[in-house]
Amino acid sequence: MQLEAMYQEVILDHYRNPHNKGLREPYEGEAHHVNPTCGDEVTLRVHLEGDGPDARIADVSYDALGCSISQASASVMTDLVIGRSVKEAMAVGDEFLALMQSRGQGEPDEDVLEDAVAFAGVSRYPARVKCALLAWMAWKDATARALGEAS
Amino acid sequence: MTLLPEEIKKDFPLLARTVRGGRPLVYLDSGATSQKPVAVLEAEREFYERHNAAPHRGAHLLAEESTERYEAARATIASFIGAEPGEVVFTKNATEALNLVAYAMSNAATAGPEAERFRVGPGDEIVVSEMEHHANLVPWQQLCRRTGATLRWFGLTDDGRLDLDDLDSLVNERTKLVALTHQSNVLGTVPPVRRIAERARQVGALLVLDAAQSVPHQPVDVSRLGADFLAFSGHKMLGPTGIGVLWGRRELLEAMPPFLTGGSMIEVVRMEGSTFAPPPQRFEAGVPMTAQAVGLAAACDYLTEIGMDRVRAHEEALVAYALERLGEIPGVRIVGPTTTEARGGAVSFTVDDIHPHDVGQMLDELGVAVRVGHHCAWPICRRYGIPATTRATFYLYNTLADVDSLTDGVRKAQEFFGRP
Repeated sequence: MQLEAMYQEVILDHYRNPHNKGLREPYEGEAHHVNPTCGDEVTLRVHLEGDGPDARIADVSYDALGCSISQASASVMTDLVIGRSVKEAMAVGDEFLALMQSRGQGEPDEDVLEDAVAFAGVSRYPARVKCALLAWMAWKDATARALGEAS
Repeated sequence: MTLLPEEIKKDFPLLARTVRGGRPLVYLDSGATSQKPVAVLEAEREFYERHNAAPHRGAHLLAEESTERYEAARATIASFIGAEPGEVVFTKNATEALNLVAYAMSNAATAGPEAERFRVGPGDEIVVSEMEHHANLVPWQQLCRRTGATLRWFGLTDDGRLDLDDLDSLVNERTKLVALTHQSNVLGTVPPVRRIAERARQVGALLVLDAAQSVPHQPVDVSRLGADFLAFSGHKMLGPTGIGVLWGRRELLEAMPPFLTGGSMIEVVRMEGSTFAPPPQRFEAGVPMTAQAVGLAAACDYLTEIGMDRVRAHEEALVAYALERLGEIPGVRIVGPTTTEARGGAVSFTVDDIHPHDVGQMLDELGVAVRVGHHCAWPICRRYGIPATTRATFYLYNTLADVDSLTDGVRKAQEFFGRP
């Protein structure tokens, strides 16, 4: 079945046992994003150490309501960005965005995207790409706010 | 079954196509938009091939033919809802029809004394319900913002009905307008319109009905409803997109100021100012959606030939079967009334521990098209504390086997997404 290409076991694992879920203190930036077409919501906080693009992402915490794709993507995203510098994490985010916009044609680099390569199949379903990007967009927004406050 | 849906399906070319790896299509999303029979496609095509011209302008033969067909379409559509042709205004869709009334009411502030009835301001109240589609909620929220009027609303009972306990206090002497769905697009609920209409009449409030989900699916006779305005869309009733209807009682349309202004809605235009045409032309600025009107009239003819009583009976049988079959599945909860009493053909449900998007994706994989999300009625989800629902909606071309495909798909989703 085609569906298994989209709902990889990795995705279902993250959906059933999400990493880093729950809202935590301290944090410098918070963002609330919704997908108005389906009502999915995420509130996400970023805790940075240091200033500017070299700041280290010490924690990303979130509370989210949504489908398996949006929940798993949030979980995978936190694993990918926590511990990196903002600059590095943004580069990973750009790579993920490119994969999601590839309409099934992307060849993801597992060294960069790790578990997030599992979302390659999602890019073939345009209606679901927004689900996979929701937490990433909230993270970018929260990070921009955190940097705005830090600088 | 009252109808023979397998025979009816043959009139709808799209329903013969396959999806997702060659599976037959099971279309359970007619509440969003219906499919179109050949008769409607042919009527539009014939208009464009033989009679296309701008109606109500020009003296040439094509303009005459186009005008005749446009006005004949109005008469057919009016007759379909028990109205006079002069009471039928063409709009883009039900959303625009509802906005037309809301904006005409703001425009009443600067119109003549004949528009007094439509003026609202601080101290006045507009009443809606918690089960409205955004199209019958947001325009009234915005009207209140523009004018200083207050928005109030009926709540819902736990079983998906309108809570009418405080009808008399909610609809009171300050109420200028009540805007209500004639059939919920999420819950399927059909509110007791006559009772609410009586109360509105007592206090002198106007009653606007959002009939987008009722006119396509049941006989509607505006002369017996007790409403003042009624809005519906063509594309949900086998007609084309781009055309909807605002029906209004004649004396109200005659007193109501225009919403959109421009060509064809005027009487006399001078540089200093203009006067406006009588209804319905007053509310139809610009070259209208002529081919779409012709297509919608063909849809009305198609439905009339089958009989709206039979369409309703057919859908009631499908809903009864769907409620029964879905009710057998552990973890499935119906959002809305669980009997067919005062209920139309929208069946919304949740599946424990599986998000509607994921249910919908599995159904899509199996060729079953449903709607997932909040269905443009977000407050309903908030009321019942759920993020979204999966919704199946039925029409005259659906079969009991389509319902089986739905329930099979839900069970497959449970197997697939359930914890191993």
